[in-house]
Amino acid sequence: MATTGNNNLNAKLVLLGDMGAGKSSLVLRFVKGQFLEFQESTIGAAFFSQTLAVNDATVKFEIWDTAGQERYHSLAPMYYRGAAAAIIVYDITSTESFTRAKKWVQELQKQGNPSMVMAFAGNKADLEEKRKVTAEEARLYAEENGLFFMETSAKNATNVNDVFYEIARRLPRAQPSQNPAGMVLVDRPADRSQAAKCCS
Amino acid sequence: MGPAEDLFFTVYKLPIYSPWLLVSYSSTTTFYVSKSYLIMDVEYDVIVLGTGLKECILSGLLSVDGLKVLHMDRNDYYGGESSSLNLVQLWKRFRGDNKPPEQLGSSKEYNVDMIPKFMMANGALVRVLIHTDVTKYLNFKAVDGSFVYNKSKIYKVPATDVEALKSPLMGLFEKRRARKFFIYVQDYEDNDPKSHEGLDLTKVKARDIISKYGLDDNTVDFIGHALALHIDDSYLDEPALDFIKRMKLYAESLARFEGGSPYIYPLYGLGELPQAFARLSAVYGGTYMLNKPECKVEFDANGKAFGVTSEGETAKCKKVVCDPSYLPDKVKKVGKVARAICIMSHPIPETSESHSVQVILPQKQLGRKSDMYLFCCSYTHNVAPKGKYIAFVSTEAETDQPEAELKPGIELLGPVDEIFYEIYDRYEPINNHDEDHCFISEASFLSFLYYYVSYDGTTHFESTVQDVLAMYSKITGKVLDLSVDLSAASAAAEE
Ligand SMILES: Cc1cc2nc3c(=O)[nH]c(=O)nc-3n(C[C@H](O)[C@H](O)[C@H](O)COP(=O)(O)OP(=O)(O)OC[C@H]3O[C@@H](n4cnc5c(N)ncnc54)[C@H](O)[C@@H]3O)c2cc1C
Ligand SMILES: Nc1nc2c(ncn2[C@@H]2O[C@H](COP(=O)(O)OP(=O)(O)OP(=O)(O)O)[C@@H](O)[C@H]2O)c(=O)[nH]1
Ligand SMILES: [Mg+2]
Repeated sequence: MATTGNNNLNAKLVLLGDMGAGKSSLVLRFVKGQFLEFQESTIGAAFFSQTLAVNDATVKFEIWDTAGQERYHSLAPMYYRGAAAAIIVYDITSTESFTRAKKWVQELQKQGNPSMVMAFAGNKADLEEKRKVTAEEARLYAEENGLFFMETSAKNATNVNDVFYEIARRLPRAQPSQNPAGMVLVDRPADRSQAAKCCS
Repeated sequence: MGPAEDLFFTVYKLPIYSPWLLVSYSSTTTFYVSKSYLIMDVEYDVIVLGTGLKECILSGLLSVDGLKVLHMDRNDYYGGESSSLNLVQLWKRFRGDNKPPEQLGSSKEYNVDMIPKFMMANGALVRVLIHTDVTKYLNFKAVDGSFVYNKSKIYKVPATDVEALKSPLMGLFEKRRARKFFIYVQDYEDNDPKSHEGLDLTKVKARDIISKYGLDDNTVDFIGHALALHIDDSYLDEPALDFIKRMKLYAESLARFEGGSPYIYPLYGLGELPQAFARLSAVYGGTYMLNKPECKVEFDANGKAFGVTSEGETAKCKKVVCDPSYLPDKVKKVGKVARAICIMSHPIPETSESHSVQVILPQKQLGRKSDMYLFCCSYTHNVAPKGKYIAFVSTEAETDQPEAELKPGIELLGPVDEIFYEIYDRYEPINNHDEDHCFISEASFLSFLYYYVSYDGTTHFESTVQDVLAMYSKITGKVLDLSVDLSAASAAAEE
């Protein structure tokens, strides 16, 4: 869930979609401005954070990329837990990836929190000549299911930042957080006053 | 063809919906391989069965080490016996077909641990969490209170010289003696002989140091059981070093977050821990398959495990790690636990309205052979809906009547909305892993309340974490370096 402090929001964002749809590439483009032609299947790093300024506030995204647990339907509930936003990614050159993306949407509607902001991203939009999924079809599906839709290209940087900005814009500002958030244990010197405040 | 690792393969990624992988061999030949063949028929370094906490920590550590790990569970959820249940799951387990009453609130808001434990804020588990960086997946909150039962009443556990002077647990003169002892413990440093006061704690018994300070039996009872967290009195005849270090750990943990106790507990319950380690393992390439029925370990003619069969397919491996339920012939029963799980609408009385609390009832106070524990957690840790509390009463069972046996603990809770009683067995492995290549975690129960890595790097307690670290060393032949600077480790508050 997004948590607020003054004008700062912390929001957990999860990525879902087929292997090879470009989830990690979208994150890499957004966080580092890079693109790798031969992006490895995600191993080793699946947690990023990035801060965006939108209008009156800053939004710090905690981005959870999937790590292979989804491959055999073994994604842990903790992955969805408290997620304020999700990007469901498919590859416009593959109808199968589109079918799978729709399955993920269903899964999220079942498991996730009801106020979650969901984006539907048709990635690899630069590969127009190989397109198998029309933008119209995807837009229609997204509208029916209350998602917002964009076609993206991690390669050309088309619409990548836009997806994240749009999510940041749509995040409810004053989340009725059930509880003040807990603390994250870190390996650095204590800021006593803060630590004491958080857990009193 | 020789063993697979002697060859140089490149695997090209095809979309997940493709049942094939494109593989090139020595950059001259390419061929397609069935994915199911690769998943089940490649040789894994380790197959882990069961997603309990110990199994998941190991799976995470081994994957980070670069070992090829396949992790399976017969259930369709993570955690096995250490998962957290929602209300519907809880009812299914204890009340069969009945539906939970509506006034208890939404089922989804319950996360009831099956093995509830608080974590020592400065303990070894916290070190493992920081060392592996899984802390980023978890949110913790300090536990409000730590209490001890003494002469039919509940008292806050005093942990420092200042608190000793204030504690109604002791009379005037005893307070002063206790204060001196606490100061000795606080000042004790391994590498500062001056602080030892001429005592070699690796030789002097705990009993002797206690009599040097003239502490009475009542004081020894709460210090030994509620502060040093010994489960019986055998420590009195052991070298005093462990005892002193456990006390120090308690005090240091208490100071760490300036809460009312030395304990911390994850939001949403302990069931989050196995999931976090499973994610770590997956991030480092571990393969996860839940809902795999059977999971039968296969042995060769010499009794050495070589694979695991599920749904007619055998995955090969060099070693198997599992909990006792996957290899029932290789474990023996070592005891049983009696416990009660209660849902309440108020905190435990006499605990200063603590929304999360531990109360220890030392054996002698109850005329028992083993201590009894009260554990209470609530909506403040997101384990129950607003206004609800989950309490556990547990002990090593000495009879077959949990209701009668747990009565002294239950009486301290006040009225409860619901109560479930249970008795279950504890197991220990009896196999030889050198022969069968199976590594069985010690019991389905986990305890990791108060372990520490001593300053010279050796561990002192038999514990979940130590068990895991020992298994890690047996499997890899390496010692895990946990020398995170805990004095510098702290908590980032989330605003
Ligand atoms: C039934 C029981 C309940 C306990 N509950 C608590 C508690 O709530 N709070 C506390 O501070 N200490 C509790 N303890 C004591 C504490 O966990 C033991 O002192 C600790 O297990 C000893 O540490 P160890 O690592 O050396 O042993 P371990 O080998 O880790 O455990 C010793 C044995 O005790 C069992 N055990 C430990 N804790 C529990 C538990 N919570 N529920 C069920 N079985 C358990 C384990 O299965 C194991 O077989 C409990 C001990 C027992 C036997
Ligand atoms: N042309 C083109 N290729 C892309 C684009 N985005 C990703 N790719 C390529 O698609 C492949 C897969 O991308 P990844 O980002 O690894 O996909 P993923 O969804 O993270 O895959 P997993 O981690 O295996 O689940 C890589 O070779 C990328 O270079 C894009 O927008 N256009
Ligand atoms: Mg990826």
